[in-house]
Amino acid sequence: MSNIRVLVGTRKGAFILTSDGARKRWKVSGPHFAGWEIYHMKASPVNPDRIYASQTSAWFGQIIQRSDDGGKTWNTPGSSPEELQSSDGMAKAESNKFVYDSSAETGKPVTTHQWYDGTQHPWEFKRVWHLEPSLHDPDHVYAGVEDAAIFESKDGGKSWHELAGLRGSDTGPKWQPGAGGMCLHTILLDPKDPQRIYVAISAAGAFRTEDGGKTWSPINRGLHSQYIPDPNAEVGHCVHRIAMHPSRPNTLFMQKHWDVMRSDDAGGSWHEVSGNLPSDFGFPIDVHAHEPETIYVVPIKSDSEHYPPSGRLRVYRSRAGGNDWEALTKGLPQRNCYVNVLRDAMAVDSLDPCGIYFGTTGGQVYASADGGDKWKPIIRDLPAVLSVEVQTVA
Amino acid sequence: MIRVILPPNLRTLAHIEGEVELQLNGTLTQRSLLDAVEAKYPMLRGTMRDHVTQVRRPMVRFFACGEDLSHASADAPLPEPIANGAEPFMIIGAIAGG
Repeated sequence: MSNIRVLVGTRKGAFILTSDGARKRWKVSGPHFAGWEIYHMKASPVNPDRIYASQTSAWFGQIIQRSDDGGKTWNTPGSSPEELQSSDGMAKAESNKFVYDSSAETGKPVTTHQWYDGTQHPWEFKRVWHLEPSLHDPDHVYAGVEDAAIFESKDGGKSWHELAGLRGSDTGPKWQPGAGGMCLHTILLDPKDPQRIYVAISAAGAFRTEDGGKTWSPINRGLHSQYIPDPNAEVGHCVHRIAMHPSRPNTLFMQKHWDVMRSDDAGGSWHEVSGNLPSDFGFPIDVHAHEPETIYVVPIKSDSEHYPPSGRLRVYRSRAGGNDWEALTKGLPQRNCYVNVLRDAMAVDSLDPCGIYFGTTGGQVYASADGGDKWKPIIRDLPAVLSVEVQTVA
Repeated sequence: MIRVILPPNLRTLAHIEGEVELQLNGTLTQRSLLDAVEAKYPMLRGTMRDHVTQVRRPMVRFFACGEDLSHASADAPLPEPIANGAEPFMIIGAIAGG
């Protein structure tokens, strides 16, 4: 029987929740890295005991942690005694070194982006928002960072190099930060084409590479954002999240700042599928593990009121790939609930029936073991939840 | 023996308790002290100073003998009580919420 491992990143540490396939009783491990913000943890699909974690602090910067035993023990990659010293005797730890590539060899260097007031502002590294391990190699992992860029490591997180073609595309100076900063928060790897990667940036939009990350193109046709000077601009859209079912990598679902969108041509064009949602503002969006047309969102009241409409926490499910939505409320608070669900804080397992999980800024992690029909909190008093990932392990 | 007090988050990261003790020769400066701390605990590289510029991170401060040396030259000699271990060199996270 398969087991479930839920990786929860919070404002003050990481927690790992485990259960057998019944998903009724949960063991809690943590806090790991107590006191630090854990923006994201994700395991390698090739080696499920290899977990990468983004540990970060406004005071002390970015740390990358790695576990090779399913989260029991952790280390900063490259910290074994023989790896610590360079030939000149100096410390050599570089797993937390994220330096933007400004070399002429790797494309047109971009050093400024648009600031909140419309002026140009230098690119400044702040933190890793999202880690996406390769589908093929446990030592290969991508990192989406703030200020927006994508980095990769091919040595298990010991060293990082920017895929500079993304910032080097002509649109870089037009990117601007959203309320949460200018972050690259979504990385989707096409399981059928290793050269194709999708990313999303707030507030720039979605981008796609067809050559493994050397060159990138914006894929924002059809997005309409009233809050920017040109609502149909090529870039500048505040995309909150993109999701894809692995069996259909040409179909993408997007939760934008406002609007839930869909593309059936690999992002070439988008159309709105908000339908009957009570609000089409929100952060996460995800796809059922076995039903590629079943998708989930959590409507939030507005861009300034980051809590559920009417104080009722409702997940909305569409079995038609959008437009026609049903509220899922059983087990969720239906009065006086004013938490938010952040963009990386929803995930699905691959059991049948499919399990759906999400974490809130109020510290609850809710789970449904039946595709969303019924919910219950599997833990409820954590620090604010930043991210949730789920593993189905043997 | 030179003594260094790290903020709690960095002690956790470096898996240490209490003060850091260093044995250094030559003139003691902020730069030589921080180089030695990083050499002993490489996971701290980039957490106190920028990886590339070696400039102090904005929300980290340095104190010695009751004085704020955060804005002093990295190559200025540190006070004698720090060099002889009578007083600890203190690395502090700015008090700014959290």
